[in-house]
Amino acid sequence: MSDITSQSLFELTSNIKEKKLSSGEITKAFIDHAEKSKKLNVYVTDNFEKAIDQSKKFDSNPNFDLKLPGIPIAVKDLFCTNGVRTTAGSKILNNFVPTYESTVTQNLWSQGAILLGKLNCDEFAMGSSNETSFFGNVQNPVGENLVPGGSSGGSSAAVAANLTPVTIGTDTGGSIRQPASFTGTVGLKPTYGSCSRYGIVAFASSLDQAGPMTKNVRDCSMLLEVISSFDQKDSTSIDYKRNCYSKELSKDIKGKKIGIPKEYRVDNMPDEIEQLWKNGISYAKDCGAEIIDISLPHTNYALPTYYIVAPAEASSNLARYDGVKYGFRSPGQNLIEMYEKTRSEGFGDEVKRRIMIGTYVLSSGYYDAYYLKAQKVRQLIKKDFDDAFSKVDAILTPSTPSSAFKIGEKTNDPVSMYLNDIFTVPINLAGLPGISIPAGKDKNNYPLGLQVIGKPFDEQNILNISYALEDKINFKNDISDWWLSE
Amino acid sequence: MSKNSEYLIERENKQYEVIIGLEVHAQVTSESKLFSQSSTKFGAEPNTQVSLVDAAFPGMLPVINEFCVEQAIKTGIGLKAIINKKSVFDRKNYFYADLPQGYQISQYKYPIVGEGKVILDMPNGQKEIGIERLHLEQDAGKSIHDIDPNNTLVDLNRSGVALMEIVSKPDLRSPDEVNVYIKKLRSIMRYLGTCDGNMQEGSLRADVNVSVRLKGETEFGTRCEIKNVNSIKFMQMAIISEANRQIDLLEEGKDIDQETRLFDTKRNETRSMRSKEDAHDYRYFPDPDLLPLEISQELIEKIKSDIPELPDEKKKRFIDKFNLSPYEATILVSDIETSNFFEEVIKNSDVKLATNWITGELFAVLNEKNLEISQSPVSAKNLSKLINLIKDGTISGKIAKTVFEQMIDGDQDPFIIVKEKGLKQESDPKAIEELINKVIENNSDKVAEYKSGKDKLFGFFVGQAMKESKGKGNPQLINKILKEKLNG
Repeated sequence: MSDITSQSLFELTSNIKEKKLSSGEITKAFIDHAEKSKKLNVYVTDNFEKAIDQSKKFDSNPNFDLKLPGIPIAVKDLFCTNGVRTTAGSKILNNFVPTYESTVTQNLWSQGAILLGKLNCDEFAMGSSNETSFFGNVQNPVGENLVPGGSSGGSSAAVAANLTPVTIGTDTGGSIRQPASFTGTVGLKPTYGSCSRYGIVAFASSLDQAGPMTKNVRDCSMLLEVISSFDQKDSTSIDYKRNCYSKELSKDIKGKKIGIPKEYRVDNMPDEIEQLWKNGISYAKDCGAEIIDISLPHTNYALPTYYIVAPAEASSNLARYDGVKYGFRSPGQNLIEMYEKTRSEGFGDEVKRRIMIGTYVLSSGYYDAYYLKAQKVRQLIKKDFDDAFSKVDAILTPSTPSSAFKIGEKTNDPVSMYLNDIFTVPINLAGLPGISIPAGKDKNNYPLGLQVIGKPFDEQNILNISYALEDKINFKNDISDWWLSE
Repeated sequence: MSKNSEYLIERENKQYEVIIGLEVHAQVTSESKLFSQSSTKFGAEPNTQVSLVDAAFPGMLPVINEFCVEQAIKTGIGLKAIINKKSVFDRKNYFYADLPQGYQISQYKYPIVGEGKVILDMPNGQKEIGIERLHLEQDAGKSIHDIDPNNTLVDLNRSGVALMEIVSKPDLRSPDEVNVYIKKLRSIMRYLGTCDGNMQEGSLRADVNVSVRLKGETEFGTRCEIKNVNSIKFMQMAIISEANRQIDLLEEGKDIDQETRLFDTKRNETRSMRSKEDAHDYRYFPDPDLLPLEISQELIEKIKSDIPELPDEKKKRFIDKFNLSPYEATILVSDIETSNFFEEVIKNSDVKLATNWITGELFAVLNEKNLEISQSPVSAKNLSKLINLIKDGTISGKIAKTVFEQMIDGDQDPFIIVKEKGLKQESDPKAIEELINKVIENNSDKVAEYKSGKDKLFGFFVGQAMKESKGKGNPQLINKILKEKLNG
């Protein structure tokens, strides 16, 4: 048996069910590894003591019918967890301990999983490098001083570094898929309405979705099966028949029509990304898929549209952090002064930047020119995909326009940072499911990802295509344990 | 309206007309809040009816309370308004300590109810007031500034309670019309059970828009909005004071600034709250946590079929069926409790007498004791018994008043009072004749005067006879026999 922490979710659940491993052993292995991996800074808050207790409890009365029997899992610190501090990577929620549980995490615990701790992320999920977190940078295990992507950077690093078997992140414009791509892991953003948003600290409500982040596609299907559910507590949750994704997982994609959008061939795209895409296309062909050139004509407008819609919603969603009811408060002589000091000191620069942008685009006199127009363009982008999906079953693109970059490299250039999301944001705007799988490496040996985009509620199809491609690509993430300490 | 009843404010040979529009905030009668399951009960300990949603905890999401939606539709139907099959909830963004989300969920561009109307019964005829729209929104919490000397305290019990904002067209022209309009609106909602209209508990409040113009002018003047006035009396005072302030400005050749004002009830004047330049930019946008509200024709039909008879229809029925005067009918239908009481009384008794007794004696008692009809000290059942005692001649109207006075004390049965006190009317002609003979005997001088032409003395004899009977003599019989005796 290989080292416990390097095992996939599938292997761990099999070993538990076959009683080859106990929940206690597994939990302890991940905790021990975490104790030596502090340099990566993936944890904002650990739950190790309670996790040990819970694993013992599981072992004393195990239920092997559950889908995550006694499996320890760390989650992004954007999910509210009952009794465990939830910060959203922000100073303003530094002391916030929820008295309630998000639906998605509750789904994990209901299937036997155990909370290992809360993973670092960009503040309020606003960022593409995990550098906006109040709790500091996360190191990408792929290489020292390399960003793990964002906003689910702590999550992607934790999976890549074997600090959690799987995890869940959230994706508003690429926050699951881009970090997955940067760390050589798998990340899926489900269809909008698939996973409940109840109990997830909101960034942009019409775009936010929780999703699985895993070592491989099979684990991804297993985790999606657990977290996706209809929830009456979220008015945008959709009631539809969800597949048993792991049971129906298949590499047979013969005859599937896969679209290649010409608009994703952006200026200055590195050759290695172009090559990665070509390889992906040829693997798909090898699997018997039919490749079809398609056009998504409004792709160029997706990024500016996203950077109007998301900040607009965020500016309103974050108004509740005012120092009155919970979280950080900086005292003032009067209400206005208390607001100003609390929010000035409590929020970081990137969050403030987006609140400013959002407030601006919603202001009277600018609303029509920005917010309203962006909503119209959003419809056009959606329609691009609807048209494309009348001809194809899925769409294949690169996940990101580059591999992971150095910490600090883009912190002074927000626009260049925003460009990271160029291939992922259109999918959020259209509410579609998208998955990033590791597909190759650049000249520095840094991982690169390919993205498979599906029709609404067609997660099974993109999982199957990814499963087939994964097999052909046979990606190996060679990560040296450079960060380990004793 | 006829010219002579117009409400005009006079200044040196000029007459100004006052234009009024109201935005009424009516609390929806509902067990739970608009987007959460917290209770809406009035008067609970502060912050005991607050859910995580109401306090805007991170990750909490609103879920629409369908009952509140049905209540809004019902009210819309009562206002003869268009029900919009698709409406949208928007966020109205502003910061305040008692607004936990930092925005109020309201409806801006697409309200649930569109144009409708309310008919006012004014002394000189009916007047129609247009309704612009009705929309659903959340109430805010309450900031309390006078408990702690250094801090403002916040009570979130009201946070998230469903309100209907009912916006009138600028069709109102006088404080009297405002009075009748509010009462009518309140009456319609109470008939429907969609708002209890309790102004003391803040269930009904209004923002009052006032402008003035010279009589005959067709353009509207610049308006000012007086925020959050919570009684009809204060609305009327605020309108008069604000209209006069605006007229004073115009008379001095000054402009009126469009602004939001507050009414200071102690000084009886309005003062500026914020000017148009300082107006909030609420940055309305559709709430992404909520889907557009879609209402099916079936639901509208179902609600329509449940609508009770409303004041206008009831009034028409009372006039047609019971032959009441429009004035009497208006009074009796003005409040659902009153009309219910009336209909209960007339189940077993005379309509004309019931009308007179309810609008006369009973209302006088209620007024005097400051009671609602629902708290009436005399039940409908006992009042109808009393009326029957009058109708069948057991007691006279005069005795009935004595009996009624006693009934007030603990809703006593009039049969028992009449029996115990021996108040039954004397209707035996022989007995009456006997006591009249006595009166004539004792007043021979007056009889002589009467016979020599002093007709007015007839009343004196009636009074004496009544006194002789200890008030119990049948008045008709006394009259009849007296006439026979004196004229015969």
